[in-house]
Amino acid sequence: MSAEQDQILDQVTSNDYKYGFYTDIEVDALPKGLNEDIIRMISEKKSEPEFMLEFRLKAYRHWKTMKMPNWAHLKLPEINYQDIIYYAAPKQRATYNGLEEVDPELLATFEKLGIPLEEQKHLSGVAVDAVMDSVSVKTTFRETLAELGIIFCSFSEAVQEHPDLVKKYMGSVVPYTDNYFAALNSAVFSDGSFCYIPKGVRCPMELSTYFRINAFNTGQFERTLIIADDDSYVSYLEGCTAPQRDENRLHAAIVEIINHDNAEVKYSTVQNWYPGNKEGKGGIFNFVTKRGICKGDNSKISWTQVETGSAITWKYPSCILKGENTIGEFYSVAVTNNHQQADTGTKMIHIGKNSRSTIISKGISAGFGQNSYRGLVKVLKNADNARNFTQCDSLLLGDQCGAHTFPYLEIDNESAIIEHEATTSKIGEDQIFYCNQRGINTENAIGLIINGYAKEVLNKLPMEFAVEAQKLLQISLEGSVG
Amino acid sequence: MLEIKNLHVAIDGKEILKGIDLSVKPGEVHAIMGPNGSGKSTLAAILAGRNTFEVTKGSVKYLNENLLDLAPEDRARKGIFLGFQYPVEIPGVSMVNFMKTAINEQRKFNNLEPLSASDFLKLMREKKEIVEITSSLTNRSVNEGFSGGEKKKNEIFQMAILEPRLAILDETDSGLDIDALRIVANGVNKLKNKDNATIIITHYQRLLEHIIPDFVHVLYKGKIVRSSSKELALELEEKGYEWLKD
Repeated sequence: MSAEQDQILDQVTSNDYKYGFYTDIEVDALPKGLNEDIIRMISEKKSEPEFMLEFRLKAYRHWKTMKMPNWAHLKLPEINYQDIIYYAAPKQRATYNGLEEVDPELLATFEKLGIPLEEQKHLSGVAVDAVMDSVSVKTTFRETLAELGIIFCSFSEAVQEHPDLVKKYMGSVVPYTDNYFAALNSAVFSDGSFCYIPKGVRCPMELSTYFRINAFNTGQFERTLIIADDDSYVSYLEGCTAPQRDENRLHAAIVEIINHDNAEVKYSTVQNWYPGNKEGKGGIFNFVTKRGICKGDNSKISWTQVETGSAITWKYPSCILKGENTIGEFYSVAVTNNHQQADTGTKMIHIGKNSRSTIISKGISAGFGQNSYRGLVKVLKNADNARNFTQCDSLLLGDQCGAHTFPYLEIDNESAIIEHEATTSKIGEDQIFYCNQRGINTENAIGLIINGYAKEVLNKLPMEFAVEAQKLLQISLEGSVG
Repeated sequence: MLEIKNLHVAIDGKEILKGIDLSVKPGEVHAIMGPNGSGKSTLAAILAGRNTFEVTKGSVKYLNENLLDLAPEDRARKGIFLGFQYPVEIPGVSMVNFMKTAINEQRKFNNLEPLSASDFLKLMREKKEIVEITSSLTNRSVNEGFSGGEKKKNEIFQMAILEPRLAILDETDSGLDIDALRIVANGVNKLKNKDNATIIITHYQRLLEHIIPDFVHVLYKGKIVRSSSKELALELEEKGYEWLKD
């Protein structure tokens, strides 16, 4: 790690010291490798209660019995799990009283990453909880939120301060037995975000978490838990960026959402991790398990994702529609350029009567990119009048890339109405020339066409995110045509 | 304004235009007529900068510049407008967004500030009247689900907004009913002034009853075989193109 980065980390951490997360940390990182001792050390470093350690160990023991899944339409590299550092926490030193005391260089780094922690964010009404190398470093707006009884903090903090909630809900939607990467995450997760919206509260601002991966050879294993109590509402944003780096890095996150009666959670993601270089070298491996349960009647979960980064994306944000009249939505744009691979989609599990789900998936493939939609719509026996609408579009730029669609339907109730539409198209030279002829150059023309294609999804994002996402789409496809 | 000299154009080695000469001055309206496959649309495309064709010989000067050296978007920004025979659909891109992008690209090129949202909407409102199109059309995606007539009206609408110096209308009249034809022709006439020029490519004399050309050229097998005043169009209508064969 460079001295400069060291310094930044120091400053960041020190800024957070006042919250008292890690008062007793002397080392930067645990040694490489994974075994029960490492897990015990992680838990100890974080001063976790006994139930957490048990959870981790059970997950680890289960993980050891599992094999890496190979059903996805992905060329997966060998991953040496013993060659990864599972815990890295920055050192801490002095404390600051405010942002003005923070090294401007650090602020500039955040700026580059699109994390405006300062006033502009304050004005735009977004609370930010930034995760930098496994430790939450900054939380804003907490007081405003606290007045409403909303808890929005790092996962570690929640473990200390709200152990009952964590114990009750952690692993209730994504059990550690769920899949290989969920088991791994459950064993070694370092931090993440926790959010609780109490009964009847409508969260007045978009909650936002920015993640990034920075430390050398450190896999990042976040865990997010969102609980929306009866009649509550929250819109949650997750955005990711990573600085360029030349070796592959593993990322396996878990997000769990629990909705009680009439609750609504809107979860939006813009994922822009380092995708590797043009030759396909480097880049992040992104294996994510995201799932929400509409436990209570009339509750709703809406996933929106814009996936432009990572060398490999393996991700299926899903909804379990357990209550009656529940609604699950999945809106996705996934871009694969150069040698990127994505296998992404959703699962909609209809259990409750009159449950409804909508799936809109827009894949964009360029270069040698391989883009797969994989989706399951499952209607259980008692889910009378379940409805699903799926639209699954693929757009190809160039003739070396691929688009694949794997829809699965398991319908056990005759009253279900399921619709599936799929299209594949190419950006036509005619479309580009038409734009050219109106004075719009090819690069902007592609941006325009791509954003038009993805509009249905982009429209679901909160305003400030939508603008960012539009730019991102165009940037990530730069140079792919013409 | 436009000087085409001995222009030869080929596609996949097959010669389509075999030595075109054409001179267009500001304020003029030229009609280019000719049977299917004579090279009319190729001429329009080559002027707009379509790269599927290869210029094998000859030159094109536009405002004293070598037009063939310019990228298509730069030609557009310098005032060349092509009314497409088959306007493409661009799903999800609203007409408002599309035209705003287009006009601001043009303004940027000319070192002008981009139009504010309100100025732009005002401009849209003004120009809509010229081609009698409704807001519902401009609120939709570019050409998406437009009828044939609506697409053509939309081309003239874009022309009205961009105010080109040289408009090339490639069979804008094809597929239009009488009313749409009148509206399109009126639009073109309203936009005409002493500083701009129009090249109208058409099969039929019909459009030329509404837009009076200064010159009529007949393109046949890649060559202009006849250039004359507007009466030529009537003669063609009567006798057909066969008559010019010799």
